[in-house]
Amino acid sequence: MSWVAAFTAGVIFSMGLVISGMTDPANIRGFLDILGNWRPHLALVMGAALAVTFPFFQWVLPRLKRPLAGGDFHLPLTKLIDKPLIIGALLFGAGWGLSGLCPGPAIAGIAYLEPKVLGFIVTMIIGFKVADFVRPVMGR
Amino acid sequence: MVQVSIIGGLLIGLASLLLMLSLGRIAGISGIAYRALFSMRSETWTLCFLLGLVAGPVMMLGFTAVQVPDFTLGWLETLLGGLLVGIGTRLGSGCTSGHGVCGIGRGSMRSVIATLVFMVTGMLTVGLIGVVS
Repeated sequence: MSWVAAFTAGVIFSMGLVISGMTDPANIRGFLDILGNWRPHLALVMGAALAVTFPFFQWVLPRLKRPLAGGDFHLPLTKLIDKPLIIGALLFGAGWGLSGLCPGPAIAGIAYLEPKVLGFIVTMIIGFKVADFVRPVMGR
Repeated sequence: MVQVSIIGGLLIGLASLLLMLSLGRIAGISGIAYRALFSMRSETWTLCFLLGLVAGPVMMLGFTAVQVPDFTLGWLETLLGGLLVGIGTRLGSGCTSGHGVCGIGRGSMRSVIATLVFMVTGMLTVGLIGVVS
């Protein structure tokens, strides 16, 4: 049951990415290009997604005891606004602007068998490991 | 463009709701990808989710008029971008989905700030590329 649910969530998620145009780097570049040829409609993607997740997390989730498949709800507990959060977001934003890709659209884009997407995923995985080495010496 | 953005966004929100409701997990793609690759405990659900993430577009390419986008950006931008996205999402504990869709939905101040920072940095980066090229 939990495997089917996870697979189904992945399918619905990536269909949303494809339908909204998030898997096309040119659209992402266009959305971020506020001083040039700005294409603001991708803001509606996050807006519409939040229109679903916000009410759910605020009003439904607190009334639930357990996930349907059992186990516990796993929610991040830390509230710290620390250096890794800010520097991480800075680096991520720069990479997102450069490539027009973020992790979801890149992994969904494996379906396109486009060499650049596969290359992006390889360097992204290297980046995960680089961060694991940098993190301990970074401090708060 | 407006309709497809809203429909796509609703589906992304619905998928995030489904993953939390059924498995109690945040639909943060960078975190799920990291766990699928490097987690010590085997977490089969992460692999199932990622498999679904690839299967969605495969089905759409097979059964709908959806076409493969043109990837016109250069290799250097793509590979350097991937490296920065990998380091940044791991250090910053999330990406567009984990912070932008789930975190803000939870009312997490960390996610609100992270999302603002990566949005503005992304805009500055694209602006800078426009000036240079």
